[in-house]
Amino acid sequence: MADDLFNSFMNGPDEKGRFGDFGGRFVSETLMPLILELEAQYEHAKTDQSFWDEMEFLWKHYVGRPSPLYFAERLTEELGGAKIYLKRDELNHTGAHKINNVLGQIILARRMGKTRIIAETGAGQHGVATATVCAKFGLKCIVYMGAHDVERQAPNVFRMKLLGAEVVPVTSGRGTLKDAMNDALRDWVTNVRDTFYCIGTVAGPHPYPAMVRDFQAIIGKEAKEQMMEAEGRLPDTIIAAIGGGSNAMGLFYPFLDDKSVRIIGVEAGGKGVNEKMEHCASLTGGRPGVLHGNRTYLLQDEDGQILEGHSISAGLDYPGIGPEHSWLHDIGRAEYVSITDTEALEAFQLLCQTEGIIPALEPSHAMGHVMKIAGDLPKDHIICMNLCGRGDKDIFTVAKALGTDMAGLSD
Amino acid sequence: MTRIDDKFAALRAEGKKAFVAYLMAGDPDAATSMEVMKGLPDAGVDIIELGVPFTDPMADGPTIQLAGQRALEGGMTLQKTLDMAAEFRKGDDTTPIVLMGYYNPIYNRGVARFLDDAKAAGVDGLIVVDLPPEEDDELCIPAQKAGLNFIRLATPTTDDKRLPKVLTNTSGFVYYVSITGITGSAEAEAADVGPEVARIKAQTDLPIIVGFGIKTPERSEAIAKVADGSVVGSAIVDLIGKGKPVAEVLDFVKGLADGAHRA
Repeated sequence: MADDLFNSFMNGPDEKGRFGDFGGRFVSETLMPLILELEAQYEHAKTDQSFWDEMEFLWKHYVGRPSPLYFAERLTEELGGAKIYLKRDELNHTGAHKINNVLGQIILARRMGKTRIIAETGAGQHGVATATVCAKFGLKCIVYMGAHDVERQAPNVFRMKLLGAEVVPVTSGRGTLKDAMNDALRDWVTNVRDTFYCIGTVAGPHPYPAMVRDFQAIIGKEAKEQMMEAEGRLPDTIIAAIGGGSNAMGLFYPFLDDKSVRIIGVEAGGKGVNEKMEHCASLTGGRPGVLHGNRTYLLQDEDGQILEGHSISAGLDYPGIGPEHSWLHDIGRAEYVSITDTEALEAFQLLCQTEGIIPALEPSHAMGHVMKIAGDLPKDHIICMNLCGRGDKDIFTVAKALGTDMAGLSD
Repeated sequence: MTRIDDKFAALRAEGKKAFVAYLMAGDPDAATSMEVMKGLPDAGVDIIELGVPFTDPMADGPTIQLAGQRALEGGMTLQKTLDMAAEFRKGDDTTPIVLMGYYNPIYNRGVARFLDDAKAAGVDGLIVVDLPPEEDDELCIPAQKAGLNFIRLATPTTDDKRLPKVLTNTSGFVYYVSITGITGSAEAEAADVGPEVARIKAQTDLPIIVGFGIKTPERSEAIAKVADGSVVGSAIVDLIGKGKPVAEVLDFVKGLADGAHRA
């Protein structure tokens, strides 16, 4: 037993918040007491049954969990190989996996007596989820969003405003997700007493990567049980898209010690993983560095300055990745690949046409990789892909990429 | 003993408080910032904080962020910042230089190589905003071993229980951040700062320098009066950002330095 525990991939992080060499607590002194308090409160809540009871009640009655595990029959036929299951986290309230984590953090914030919630958002899904849960609990909500993303994700901006959140367009730096995170950290440093920073992904200083993973692990936990029910065995391959990596970590974590399960993370390849860095594939095209409180793989230049990535998907447009992914990559427990904008767009359309599901552009990247490998795999090979978000928010972007004039369509 | 220790010993002997000035390396361009830096000692600056530009300065307000962006757009790098320090040293062997910035450019260069180069360039101390005591093994301990001071920030959120942790492995001086917030934001009230400085003094013999939110000679004086000195950054960088001539910038610095020295 002790030996099994020692060999487990599920023991991280250590007391310094490290997964191997990755993770840690690289924050300014002003924030340090806050993240230590958060860690203590989370450690306490984690072992408190009443905390999880509240989570489970809301997951069931507010979010609509468990999300179905769906056998994509026509897609499987179309690709002509492995049997493809989709974990339908796009059916959650607010349309993505983000709310799994937000609920956990907001319940924790309430326990800590915090009244003001701040969040960063890229595609807007985390912002919408945070605004939603804040509305439900009557908490003040401020969402930092890169000015560029405010523009390309207008429907989500309007949703957040409807839900009573204040959306702050971030123009500092280049006005993208990483800058939104910088500004959220600046807000937190300024408003330390009443404010809780609800981070949307498995990145940031310890304990965020572990805490967000624990809240998202409901995805993998359900998928495992549902797969046993449907097939009587574990899947052979599990696949998820990665920006910061929270939906992927949520699916992967409960499977880490199931050594027969192949784990694949799909990064945003943008226009191709090239020298010009027109992609967001931190693991494939970056190297270790320190940003936003943790050491992880980052897109950076030779001077250690952080680079802007490019992806058609605002949710994957982040130059870093959660530290646990960096560790899983380095020890080889998970494989990381990249899918380009073009491949993701093809996958987006295929899922629409074969299954009647409009996926978000983020999981369209995971689908793009499924398209690449499924046909060459035997028919008894089972793939489980996390369909982490729905595509309503992306139809404008997709229309533009496909050369369709949406204004013309409404005539 | 570093130049920083010598400087404080000399100030103590004269019964004077210290004035510390910050400027961003390469802002608005390499030549201008070099000219400003060379003029600082004559303007009364006791210690120079030389900012290393970084794309994601998460503890800084808009003034320093924009300065960093201007510097980066002008091609400033960590290497060129070290070159500036070395160039300054050719004409001044006593004014301490503290590099201030974020960890990634240093980590990216490699800690051992960075420390060798910084030492060779005549740098005396480091302030690395995103390295709290919990990460001391990264740079703080190696820097002390290499003979560089590692100057830590203490903040209003650093309570008495945590203070010893922050003070351990700190050397040169303690930089007390007088407000919870980013650089260049709200003004610090001397009345609030005094008791905080006393609280820290109870636990260390190191000089306590106070910064964040100081914009005028009067404030510089008031703050220096209740501490061992004052630091001004954003207010100076703001003038440089507005394109003011070097002489005018140095004149402004002199006013702030005189304020601190009157204290």
